[in-house]
Amino acid sequence: MKILVLISNVPDTTTKIRFTGDNTAFDDSGVQWIINPWDELALTRAVELKEAGGVDKITVANVGEKSTEATLRKALAVGADDAIRIDTTANDAFYVAAQLAEVAKDYDLILAGIEASDYNGNAVGGMLAEMLDFNSVSAVSGIELEESNFKITREVDGGSQVISIGGPLVAIVQKGIAKEPRIPAMRGIMMARKKPLSTKEPVEGVNKTQMISFELPPPKTACKLIDEENANEVITLLHEEAKVL
Amino acid sequence: MKLFPDYFIIDDLLSNEQKIIRESIREWVNRSVIPIIDKAAQDHVFPKHLIREMGEIGAFGPYIPEKYGGAGLDQISYGIIMTELERGDSGIRSAASVQSSLVMYPIYTFGSEDQKMKYLPRLASGELIGCFGLTEPNHGSDPGGMLTHIEDKGDYFLLNGSKMWITNSPVADIAIVWAKDDNNVVRGLIVEKGMKGFTAPETLKKWSLRASITGELVFDNVEVPKENILPNAQGLKGPLKCLNSARYGISWGVIGAAVDCYNTALKYSLERKQFGKPIASFQLQQKKLAEMITEITKAQLMAWRLGTLKNDDKATPSQISMAKRNNVDMALNIARQSRQILGAMGITGDFPIMRHMMNLESVITYEGTHDIHLLITGLDITGIAAFE
Ligand SMILES: Cc1cc2nc3c(=O)[nH]c(=O)nc-3n(C[C@H](O)[C@H](O)[C@H](O)COP(=O)(O)OP(=O)(O)OC[C@H]3O[C@@H](n4cnc5c(N)ncnc54)[C@H](O)[C@@H]3O)c2cc1C
Repeated sequence: MKILVLISNVPDTTTKIRFTGDNTAFDDSGVQWIINPWDELALTRAVELKEAGGVDKITVANVGEKSTEATLRKALAVGADDAIRIDTTANDAFYVAAQLAEVAKDYDLILAGIEASDYNGNAVGGMLAEMLDFNSVSAVSGIELEESNFKITREVDGGSQVISIGGPLVAIVQKGIAKEPRIPAMRGIMMARKKPLSTKEPVEGVNKTQMISFELPPPKTACKLIDEENANEVITLLHEEAKVL
Repeated sequence: MKLFPDYFIIDDLLSNEQKIIRESIREWVNRSVIPIIDKAAQDHVFPKHLIREMGEIGAFGPYIPEKYGGAGLDQISYGIIMTELERGDSGIRSAASVQSSLVMYPIYTFGSEDQKMKYLPRLASGELIGCFGLTEPNHGSDPGGMLTHIEDKGDYFLLNGSKMWITNSPVADIAIVWAKDDNNVVRGLIVEKGMKGFTAPETLKKWSLRASITGELVFDNVEVPKENILPNAQGLKGPLKCLNSARYGISWGVIGAAVDCYNTALKYSLERKQFGKPIASFQLQQKKLAEMITEITKAQLMAWRLGTLKNDDKATPSQISMAKRNNVDMALNIARQSRQILGAMGITGDFPIMRHMMNLESVITYEGTHDIHLLITGLDITGIAAFE
């Protein structure tokens, strides 16, 4: 049983987002990069499954430039056995999925985060399953290995659903897949030094989308605090300033 | 606001691995220390369960080779771990300092291969807790005058004497004890819990390091097997080498406490309004904050440079003394200044400042007092010892 965990390299969630070039490109100066939080949970679950037995190898893969290697090293420190970086710029979900398809075909289980916390694209996992002709389940919040199947818990409106599905499988995971991300221990960080991190050249592919521009949300205006004794003032303000009443 | 001020971008001097180490320990402290530490300190109890967790994350003996259960990391990594732990609490950092530099380090440096294999992996994992007994009731700054002694009885050593102010002693499974032999030479012994005649009562009613456990070590005709002596330590330089390693860690550690105080004070000063303005807009408060960040930056640079010297095995004891003294004093001053910025709020357990401040009163005393470290610098530059 071999698991591939897709790792996307995203700005730390507390980063102050700025754009350059007339709002056409993300300004990455001074940004701290982290493993996409959903991918980090997926990796944690993969490591738990391996510790429970029945998993031979966990590989992590990323489509990105050399600067993403620090993030892959962290994934190795958390417990992946090896890492693959496909050396190209990741701008478009279809292009990224096409690159990953090249390395993903030999795996029994592929874990993809439901989205990446940078562009919230929500697309790579499904596209990859389609390209590989693998089974695919989305909104996965639990995964167990069974004899020849995967037992999957999915979040559905107002509750959850348990299904059994055969492999090879692309599981698109969301929060709940693991309780909290695994913190790499010092020994794991040390061992990660010696684990293989290989680089692969990209294959021909097309970007199906082109970035036109970004727009920041309007800045939050200061909030007005009203004394609890002056409830009437709220109504006046809603009426006169906000004009919603 | 950034969690950790880095005014001179020391981050650029760190490797990716060192940054991962920092993030890991930081996250562990956020999850396991911060939520429980105020109550532990208020209740004056040592959160003993953290020992196992620190073992798992790898906070014990990070620079000890993997073969003995360590992680084989460099000295800057060790420093970073200490900083992050002490951002949580000096008591938690103290437990890690003792386990790493005062117990694992002497066994690794002065111990036999059998001793290393027997104790180090279990100390690294937190299965065993260790302590270090040097200070005695009547010999603190002057450990060379110690009275604790061993007598060679052929098959074993007979140990008598007592130690005081020993971090971890009441919960320790083993104690590294320094005692004089028949020739008046200081030797190190591994004394195990349960040996007949050995007790370790707790020191109560501390106002400082309340989340760390401190006690005595009392030896009343304890028969210590011969194989428990550290074969390669003779004389006071044995324990002093351990202290060098621990003091180095402290010079990094206290930056964590200082930063926690500074962050708290900066945030509070921007939110708290008096006379219709945030108190951060008054020059007197800005002076405090600006001086704090300046002092933190100087301390960070000193610790980092000392780390590179230590990695090259070139850091001198005097350099370590200077860094320990400067940085602890810096942290204690920042704690006091920060506390004032918070006004009355500063004295409550809703903020970490008063806890750090009280903790640092121990840190400025243990591992060589503030005065003694100054006299070490004095000796180094003049060649004249002013402390004896
Ligand atoms: C919480 C805590 C934990 C500790 N943990 C440990 C531990 O794990 N293991 C261990 O062995 N010890 C431990 N200690 C002991 C610590 O190292 C000693 O307290 C320290 O060395 C100072 O010794 P003392 O308290 O006897 O003070 P003293 O040596 O009596 O000093 C009292 C004062 O006199 C000053 N002074 C002393 N000599 C001179 C001189 N020659 N010239 C000028 N001034 C001088 C000192 O600077 C100080 O201000 C711990 C202490 C504390 C508070």
